[in-house]
Amino acid sequence: MGFEQALSLLNLFYCFLGVLLGTLVGVLPGLGPVATIAMLLPITFQLPPTSALIMLAGIYYGAQYGGSTTAILINLPGESSSVVTAIDGYKLARQGRAGFALFTAAIGSFFAGTVATFLIAGFAPPLAAVALSFGPAEYFSLMVLGLAASVALAHGSLIKAVAMVILGLLLGTIGQDLYTGTPRFTFGMTELADGLEFIALVMGLFGIGEIIRNLEDESERNVFAQKVASLIPSWAEFKSTIKPILRGTSLGTFLGILPGGGAMLSSFAAYSLEKRIAKDPSRFGKGAIEGVAAPEAANNAGAQTSFIPMLTLGIPSNPVMALMIGAMIIQGIQPGPNVITEKPELFWGLIASMWVGNVMLLVLNLPMIGMWVKFLTVPYHVLFPGIIAVCCIGVYSVSNNAFDVYTMAFFGVVGYVLVKLDCEPAPMILGFVIGKMLEEYLRRAMLLSRGDPLVFFQRPISAVLLILAIAALVLVLIPSVSKKREEAFRE
Amino acid sequence: MPSFVKNPKDFLAGLLFIVVSAMFAFGDVDLPIGTAFRMGPGYFPMILCIILAALGIAIMTNGIRVEGEAIKNFTWRGLLNIVLPIVFFGATLRGLGFVFALGITVFAVSTASLHFHWRTALINTVTLVFFGWLIFIWGLGLPIQVWGPWVGGY
Repeated sequence: MGFEQALSLLNLFYCFLGVLLGTLVGVLPGLGPVATIAMLLPITFQLPPTSALIMLAGIYYGAQYGGSTTAILINLPGESSSVVTAIDGYKLARQGRAGFALFTAAIGSFFAGTVATFLIAGFAPPLAAVALSFGPAEYFSLMVLGLAASVALAHGSLIKAVAMVILGLLLGTIGQDLYTGTPRFTFGMTELADGLEFIALVMGLFGIGEIIRNLEDESERNVFAQKVASLIPSWAEFKSTIKPILRGTSLGTFLGILPGGGAMLSSFAAYSLEKRIAKDPSRFGKGAIEGVAAPEAANNAGAQTSFIPMLTLGIPSNPVMALMIGAMIIQGIQPGPNVITEKPELFWGLIASMWVGNVMLLVLNLPMIGMWVKFLTVPYHVLFPGIIAVCCIGVYSVSNNAFDVYTMAFFGVVGYVLVKLDCEPAPMILGFVIGKMLEEYLRRAMLLSRGDPLVFFQRPISAVLLILAIAALVLVLIPSVSKKREEAFRE
Repeated sequence: MPSFVKNPKDFLAGLLFIVVSAMFAFGDVDLPIGTAFRMGPGYFPMILCIILAALGIAIMTNGIRVEGEAIKNFTWRGLLNIVLPIVFFGATLRGLGFVFALGITVFAVSTASLHFHWRTALINTVTLVFFGWLIFIWGLGLPIQVWGPWVGGY
């Protein structure tokens, strides 16, 4: 049934559009999948739900492919999850082996994408079945675990990440109270009665804020694109990439499922793993193919398995998944374990489309590499006004309201200031999305328990989840672990 | 930065969190708190405000105690030249209509770049307005006036 959906002409078209756009924003530095998906979210109103989600998903994993091209050819991460690929990929390109590096990145991504797709198909339905038995206490604890893990896995200061989550939760409380309808924190502005517009918030933080940051340093980038010679490597070369790809895939699929995980964390972790187990770690940084194969496989695997918690539990594990949930809500679908049983065509269609999309990406990225390289020659100062134009029109069109444009501008400033103060905006977005649900489940659970907060520890599943959440935070605080965490994010 | 601040990033971040929590606490005063059993609209935000203020104080204290790097490359030019035109877009879209509001906005944000050149910016503006119209108004049919009442539209 999934393939029937995914192979319908309409969905094939949107899948193609998604991966094409994804590759494009992946290739272009300074424009990531989060901002792109936020920009396109208003447009998906008009599409059928399955097509909309297929396209948006395609942007996310498509960007993982595209990001490697930029990283390898110009030593700039086209996408944040390709930061580590640039280290060895660019060195390979300088040695005239760009073709080999690009081939490895694409094949690694393809293999990982295929494995991850099957994993989602296999694991999501049973997980959703378990989730159906969850009460409000379990949901509350699960969300706390999700937030705790996203904090533990975020880079930078732990305490700031916690503060950012709380800030996001607070921003989420703006608007009418769910139970009584009392307006909260609207400060007299009627436009805030329905809460802050999510799209405006994300576009401001990740779109506008990012542009301002990019304008700090406008050094010209040199495209290292002499002819990309033969793409197909020799058998011996190919063989040397198999094991790193396998390792990267397994690490990525695992880290993708974790709340707070996803593409970026996976690639960083895969790179440090390769470096650790290599016979000769000094080769890294000088053009080791493992340093391309493993992170690229891992980021694609992680990008795709991060759909599992989103599809089965309705809980976003990273900002992209938060946007996917936003897209579902726009389409009138209540995210959660019921999606699989109530909307099987959407669930299976989306999964099948991922595999189809990965095949398309292989074709898009290998034979057509030259075209993407051309895009890299577009200078940023020509590019960014266009991004701003799309953001402005897009955010206005959400409800034909200038207020959303102001909100976006405001959060553009906030986003820039926060980044300058070393506060990652990603945990805040998660807090914002989860905020309303978290409060609702908290209040319901407390009603059921007659105001006894111990209920969260008396129910076994809830207790385990909360203990895991506490463990995640405590672990990071242990000195030896926190040192490793810093190592993983450096370079 | 005053000299007792050793890590301006942490100090300011902490201050920011404290100010935000104070703002929300101010808005929370009028809301019924309720009890843990029947939480009112003010209960959950109140807990959050307390946690955020505590974290803010901890982060700020960190900024006084532990050495850290200064804030580098803060770009006022980038910030103002991007944000003000966007506000302008929101304020004038209804009055000026799509072509002028977007055109002026795009041209104005172009000046944020050090590589700004009026000719490239102008070409870029015309191209973007045209494609913006093609995709969003002609193609997707967004209900935005092409020419607003201020420039002779209706």
